[in-house]
Amino acid sequence: MDPIRIAGLTFAYGEGELRRPVLRDIALQVHAGEVVLLTGPSGSGKTTLLTLIGALRAMQEGSCQVLGRELMGANERERVRLRRSIGFIFQNHNLLGFLTARQNVAMALEIDAAISERERLERAGAMLAAVGLSGQEDKLPAKLSGGQRQRVAIARALVAGPGLVLADEPTAALDKVSGGEVAHLLRDMAKSRGTPILMVTHDPRILDIADRVVAMEDGRIVEAAAA
Amino acid sequence: MNVIARPGLLPWAPEKTGEGSPAAGPAPALPVPPVPRGPGAIATFLLPARLAWRQLRAERARLLSAIMGVMFAAVLVFMQLGFRSALFDSATRLLAAMEAELFLMNPLTTVSFRPEALPRIRAHQALALPEVAQAVPVYLTQATWRNPEDGSRRMIQMIGFDVEAGAMHFEGLDAIAPALRRIDAVGFDTRSRPEFGDVARLFAERGPFEVQVGNRMVELAGLVSIGPSFGADGNLVMSEVNFRRMVRERQPSNTDLVAIRLRPGADIAAAQRRLREILPPDVVVLTHAELVAHERRYWETATPIGFIFGFGSIMGLIVGMVIVYQILFSDIANHLREYATLKAIGYSDGYLARVVMAAALILAVLGFLPGAALCTWLYDVVAGATFLPLAMTVERTATVFALIFGMCAAAGLLAMRKLRDASPADMF
Repeated sequence: MDPIRIAGLTFAYGEGELRRPVLRDIALQVHAGEVVLLTGPSGSGKTTLLTLIGALRAMQEGSCQVLGRELMGANERERVRLRRSIGFIFQNHNLLGFLTARQNVAMALEIDAAISERERLERAGAMLAAVGLSGQEDKLPAKLSGGQRQRVAIARALVAGPGLVLADEPTAALDKVSGGEVAHLLRDMAKSRGTPILMVTHDPRILDIADRVVAMEDGRIVEAAAA
Repeated sequence: MNVIARPGLLPWAPEKTGEGSPAAGPAPALPVPPVPRGPGAIATFLLPARLAWRQLRAERARLLSAIMGVMFAAVLVFMQLGFRSALFDSATRLLAAMEAELFLMNPLTTVSFRPEALPRIRAHQALALPEVAQAVPVYLTQATWRNPEDGSRRMIQMIGFDVEAGAMHFEGLDAIAPALRRIDAVGFDTRSRPEFGDVARLFAERGPFEVQVGNRMVELAGLVSIGPSFGADGNLVMSEVNFRRMVRERQPSNTDLVAIRLRPGADIAAAQRRLREILPPDVVVLTHAELVAHERRYWETATPIGFIFGFGSIMGLIVGMVIVYQILFSDIANHLREYATLKAIGYSDGYLARVVMAAALILAVLGFLPGAALCTWLYDVVAGATFLPLAMTVERTATVFALIFGMCAAAGLLAMRKLRDASPADMF
């Protein structure tokens, strides 16, 4: 079964006369282990689609199965549960400023009470080493460069072994070199774990990491091409 | 299907993916969301508390101002409740010092410093019961005292009774009881307010000397220790005979209070019942505890004082709550993105609510401890200045902590509403 299976998804903001549809009859599948890039102009609805898949918003119409769970009609509790199996990477790193890199990564494990504190910190440290941040574990985000922060964010997204990674322009705030590094790192990390990635991006420099590029416009998928 | 799918087959992906088989059976290798086990108490409360602490600690200045706010509230409540309890303690101190088991009082008496008279004969009638050992009339009134140092006048509480009967016990009374038998001899309460003059020093220098009480010169024959109350700034003790000599307008046949000592081993409740049976209804029979409670009730209900201090406490709590709320609210507002991120990665609203609550309770503890320490010192200072019995009791400490805790919890609950603004959908 595919990690993401969407059919007939329609979504609109506002009510009554102000109702503004942003997604119209979307169908999309992401296969296991696949890296899919979602591109398109601003306002094409790609970010809204990402928030729906990430169970951050309630569905309105259609079907959206993520990791085998139907999100149509799912309540907040079910959505919170599903989010724990998804690794999120945001445009800004969104790290907690008062926690060190290691503690930030460990936050993704604190939801699971079955893991001991020592194991949490060890796994966080190992994940930070895997993204190339050995020796930086105990620095606060303010002491790290933009690329390093985004690496911490990648470590946080992957440390709990998610079934799916959702990323929203993870390279937008980075320069060309570190943006490319972060994108390739993310792909390599996900590939080595068999984790599928759905990434929204404008950045043409990183299209090469994709198995498939899906273009959106005006709330519809207009083109899907193999990279 | 508008997706041209290239099956992203990977060597380690154990199942074949293909869109031709959407209805295929359950794929075994699909990453299954980890099933959360039942969270233990540690994960439920300690982890949010640790996160809250780390967040509070990160901004020292803000943490310090929050602690100061809670401390301020704690000090205010401590002082108000302290004054309130000191008032009640001191108001009843004179009665509490009386050592008798039962008391007779005019039912119209509302407070001891304004007593209604009762027939002195009731004291003798009480002696009819075999278990009554002594029935001692006690005379109470207030008169003006002239300061022996500067001549200023001030109202002082006069207590007249049989000083050798042992029905009353004040510190120092036994030593001066023989001296109080002299004509116009009085004993002065050394814990009276200083406005009465430094009588203790004068007495130490001169020995017994003359002072003016009312319009009469009397001999100051010795010192006792009772302590002032809100009703009386100072006390004078004297024998019953001297009291009547000094307060001439009083009918000798009337008294203000009768203290009854029972024989050792007598049943107080039974004696109280029997006294009620034999005595006419112009007196009430009270146990010592009831007498003190009666006096206390006057201060609690018939005067605004109890209310004022209660109100002061509430004001302190409200101010403290607003401060804590402000701190928590701005903490959430400033970290809205971080809270939304936590929600996005699977933290529930309940977890974040516990973080806010833990922050509130951490502030409660951190503000309360220095507040209590400061108040222990302030109590000493204020007690020294006002001669009121202010002391840090375990009971009051617990009460104030409960109030501060409740205050911070209420502030936390209010601040939690701001969490709703942390919407993970806006994170992308």
